[in-house]
Amino acid sequence: MSTLFINISLVSFMVVIALMITFSHRLFAIIIMSGAYSLISAAMFVNLDAVDVAFTEAAVGAGFSTVLFLAAMAWLPAEEKRHKALLILPLIICLVTGSLLMWAVAYLPAFGDPTSIVHQHVAPRYLAESYDKLHIPNVVTTVLASYRGFDTLGETIVIFTAGLGVLLILMGKTGRTHNPTTSNDTARDEDVNEK
Amino acid sequence: MTDFLLSHWNYFIVVLLMMIGLFIVISSMNLVKKLIGLSLFQTSVFLFYISLGKINDGTAPIIMKSGHDGHSSHDILYSNPLPHVLILTAIVVGVATTALGLALVLRIKASFNSIEEDDILQAKRELRKRSKSS
Repeated sequence: MSTLFINISLVSFMVVIALMITFSHRLFAIIIMSGAYSLISAAMFVNLDAVDVAFTEAAVGAGFSTVLFLAAMAWLPAEEKRHKALLILPLIICLVTGSLLMWAVAYLPAFGDPTSIVHQHVAPRYLAESYDKLHIPNVVTTVLASYRGFDTLGETIVIFTAGLGVLLILMGKTGRTHNPTTSNDTARDEDVNEK
Repeated sequence: MTDFLLSHWNYFIVVLLMMIGLFIVISSMNLVKKLIGLSLFQTSVFLFYISLGKINDGTAPIIMKSGHDGHSSHDILYSNPLPHVLILTAIVVGVATTALGLALVLRIKASFNSIEEDDILQAKRELRKRSKSS
């Protein structure tokens, strides 16, 4: 019951932050609020037993990506330009998509139900045999590095490609108003990301 | 009815967060704010997956071998580790794509001297007009 209570309060806090982001026009405030959003979602992950995900989210989602945004903001204007755009079409799209998803989500098994179909297929096998086979207590590590090692290899390739892309975009053909120090500094950030 | 709401609360809120993210992506003209909206959307998808993996009264999937008091690992209820693995991968890939997006934004700022979508579109239109007339 306490899990549910913590869940509900954290998740409501996330909704408040998301709404604040929607209505704010100062980009620095928006970036810091998105960092706070990631941190609260990390707390949420601890509450949902996903400790590995929680510290990755806290380090990478709340820490590193906030730093990336702040580094990029050094060369970008701090205020969003106010304009009278038509908000009615995006609102309709979001309402329609949202209500369709709500409809679908209502048919999911209840939250925390142990008989849910998600828990029936491969996860029991991982939990039962991984310790005896590989002697690593943390099942998430075992699955990530051993059972699904090729997925992780693919992930590394994706990150390498992204880092390469960032380097090429920033160091390649530079525009008229482009400042050469810009590309080098951000590129160094990307190098850290790759490692 | 309240039972149903409580047992599906996480999923409903996740959909709400997703739609707020989608709304920011569609409605905002500022490219940095669009990227932030995209990462909000992403985080809510992570939350959805992790919520699906949770088992009531379960614990983190780290095997505890006590042995001496007769408890084997089968007596302890663990939450599903598989969504955790998928989301670990997704978080890191998400940051990589964010970095790529930010690099593109910096490049756009260098070429068009603006990160507002309407300004950029107008500049492109003028460029096209000039190249046609010359």
